[in-house]
Amino acid sequence: MKFQKERNNKSNIEEGIVKKVLFVMALTAITSLGLIAFFIFNEGMPFMIDYGIADFIFGTEWDPSNQVYGIFPMIVGSVIATLLAILIGAPIGIAVAVYLVEIAPPKVARIIRPAITLMEGIPSVIIGLFGMVVMLDVIRRLARGPLSEYLPAGYQTGYSVLAGAIILAIMILPTIISISADSIRAVPNEYKEAALALGSSKWQTIYKVVVPAAKSGVLAAVILGVGRAIGETMAIIMVVGNTVQIPEAGWEGIFAPVRTLTGNIALEMGYAGPEHRQALFATGIILFIFIIIINSITLVLRKKED
Amino acid sequence: MINQEERNVKIAVEQLDFFYGQTHALNSISLDIKENEVFALIGPSGCGKSTFLRTLNRMNDLIPKTRVKGSVQIGGQDIYDPDVDVVQLRKSIGMVFQKPNPFPISIFDNVSYGPRAHGLKNKKELMGIVEESLRQAALWDEVKDRLNDNAMSLSGGQQQRLCIARVAAIKPEVILMDEPTSALDPGSTTKVEALINELKQNYTVVIVTHNMEQAARISDKTAFFLNGYVVETDETNQLFTNPKEKQTKDYITGKFG
Amino acid sequence: MFKVKPNHMIKVKRNQIFAFTLLSLAAALTVLTLFAIVFYIMLNGFSVISMDFLFDEPRSMGTEGGVLPAILGTIYLVVLVMIIATPIGVGTAVYLNEYMPEGRFKKILRFATELLAGVPSIVFGMFGFIFFVIVLRDYTGGWSILSGALTGVIMILPVIIRASEEALRSVPDPLKEGSLALGTTRWYTIKKIVLPLALPGITTSLILSIGRVIGETAAFLLTLGGSLLFAQSIFDGGRTLALHLYLVAMETGDLQMAMGSGAVLIILILIINFAAAGLFKLLVRRFSV
Repeated sequence: MKFQKERNNKSNIEEGIVKKVLFVMALTAITSLGLIAFFIFNEGMPFMIDYGIADFIFGTEWDPSNQVYGIFPMIVGSVIATLLAILIGAPIGIAVAVYLVEIAPPKVARIIRPAITLMEGIPSVIIGLFGMVVMLDVIRRLARGPLSEYLPAGYQTGYSVLAGAIILAIMILPTIISISADSIRAVPNEYKEAALALGSSKWQTIYKVVVPAAKSGVLAAVILGVGRAIGETMAIIMVVGNTVQIPEAGWEGIFAPVRTLTGNIALEMGYAGPEHRQALFATGIILFIFIIIINSITLVLRKKED
Repeated sequence: MINQEERNVKIAVEQLDFFYGQTHALNSISLDIKENEVFALIGPSGCGKSTFLRTLNRMNDLIPKTRVKGSVQIGGQDIYDPDVDVVQLRKSIGMVFQKPNPFPISIFDNVSYGPRAHGLKNKKELMGIVEESLRQAALWDEVKDRLNDNAMSLSGGQQQRLCIARVAAIKPEVILMDEPTSALDPGSTTKVEALINELKQNYTVVIVTHNMEQAARISDKTAFFLNGYVVETDETNQLFTNPKEKQTKDYITGKFG
Repeated sequence: MFKVKPNHMIKVKRNQIFAFTLLSLAAALTVLTLFAIVFYIMLNGFSVISMDFLFDEPRSMGTEGGVLPAILGTIYLVVLVMIIATPIGVGTAVYLNEYMPEGRFKKILRFATELLAGVPSIVFGMFGFIFFVIVLRDYTGGWSILSGALTGVIMILPVIIRASEEALRSVPDPLKEGSLALGTTRWYTIKKIVLPLALPGITTSLILSIGRVIGETAAFLLTLGGSLLFAQSIFDGGRTLALHLYLVAMETGDLQMAMGSGAVLIILILIINFAAAGLFKLLVRRFSV
């Protein structure tokens, strides 16, 4: 029979092997994810339970040499830096996306688009270094000059949650811009034409029709930005001062040096003893949970949009 | 014309049902297609004629969530038998698609693609097959000086004939054609039709067309498909001049479709 | 017909001008920030860059001398990461796109890839530290280029998978069907038709992944060890340019020298961005007419 399967057919054997090899490769990503979750929880969870989850999360003192591990200041540092970064980055990012898709002349768009791709590729240490040499100087002058009488001495070094937030805002801009732009571009032309035909101005159309229609995508972009910001490490270490403290409530607080969850891990992992290391992995768990929640929200939002 | 009865049955379809998920796309189709015959499948769009064509070389296997019931025998062998190797099957059953789909490589590489895939390496033999196949597809004279040009540089009609040559090169027994001229201009269509007439010397040809004149011009037998059923199968002259079923008559006289 | 108040029209017009001005300012600010960063670091960095800087060893923790070990470390790491990650990433994409039937398991695999893409690099670093540097130290040499590379592989895998999948999806189905209908196996079709046609997209994604590895710091801070010596093998520790920049800036405070590394880094990234765009165009031209 001529259509019958041949046991020793070379190409069929090859096909079978290739399929198995590719299948194993396809499991790498999920296996890695599983291993990452396992090792981080395995290393950090027992410690966290031993130490007391509440004491660990809400403890305000971090003193590894005396076995005191409270990460609340770092949680506060991460959250404030991230919120401030979103406050700065989201409006600008969305504005650039709207400009890029709806207003920019093609010639201008041809400059902006590659610039944003390039910006995404700039290593975080470069942005951090720029922050160290330029931004810290500006903030220091501000803090020691016109604002000096309002700020405590410890808040006048330039190293501050504000510097961190600006750096983070720069780093999340490309993400927010490109994802918002995608969803703005996906708004059907008929919507715009209908609004314009009713006599709306171009801006009214953008403001009342286009942006609301792209809302879930824009929101996803912002939340993804939150994820990036809270997970960012190098650039922020370089400018926030890394002092373990909770900033004063009030506007002065943004000039306070702080430490983030990520910074805590990166700065101390290299020389940590066994228990200290476990405490750092426990810090990683908290970060991991933040990230999982944020990413899940983004994925759900993006599914909705499709 | 050779007497129809003297030919052997090449493709025997019995009680064939086909499902896309919950959709029942083909309903107990039974047909006999004979050797060296041009067999046309006509009917309005969505009637199942293309789906039926693709069950003959198991191209529908590529679509997820599809199911086949019944039997298709080609050369006396059930092609849905679990022991059948679809790759072997498709070597014997060539297919020409609705839109010309030459690979974006040279003309030579397009035609020699099949033989090479099946293990032929000898340059000289390959060249022989390429020339023979291009001649069979009535394309040789137009391209013989530019075999290394990219196939995408050919016109639409030439591309389709190249696809026919590509199929001829694997020396199949049956050639399936899915509306092969629907994307072509009238001049190219005439050429391809003339070609089909030539091809039946060597192959059994099953062709889907929604152009009834075309079916009348080139086919020996015609089956009329409607809503997943075969309404009527007959000699082409018979079916077009003296249909037995009212639905066939309505269709060929243009009452619907 | 009803009359529109002229005042209202003027107000609408004025709002539009105001809004558009703000939006273009936002765009200008973004682009200017980028240029400011790039040019500031480059201009300052160039003042310390010389042949000695590029081809000498660092002295006094990197405040003097050059960055050669860091440049070599970067190259070793990139090569090793890409050698491992390319087949796995492209292979995964091929499996997902060409072999795997739609269904729950495929959704789970895609979801896992998305989640992995969102994991911050410091978490990759922690994992690499505990798994490759500590648990597997007998095989990886502890802090080493190999530990760093394996961590980097996991980090860029989702990037390669997603971009390769997109490139594979762009290959027209009729071409795949045309090939399969000629009695070829899936793998033959993939080798001869699908992969060559997806090559431009895949290559671009690989080059951008190289950029990601070059720029990455947090994951390598915890896995490479930061040695200033020349690595003799992949089991030795090392540092990349980005890591060198960080360590010099933070541990010695010599920002001028750090900017020297920064300038080299930016030039690498610029080359990679242009190479990606250029190669994409070149490959696209080769495979279509």
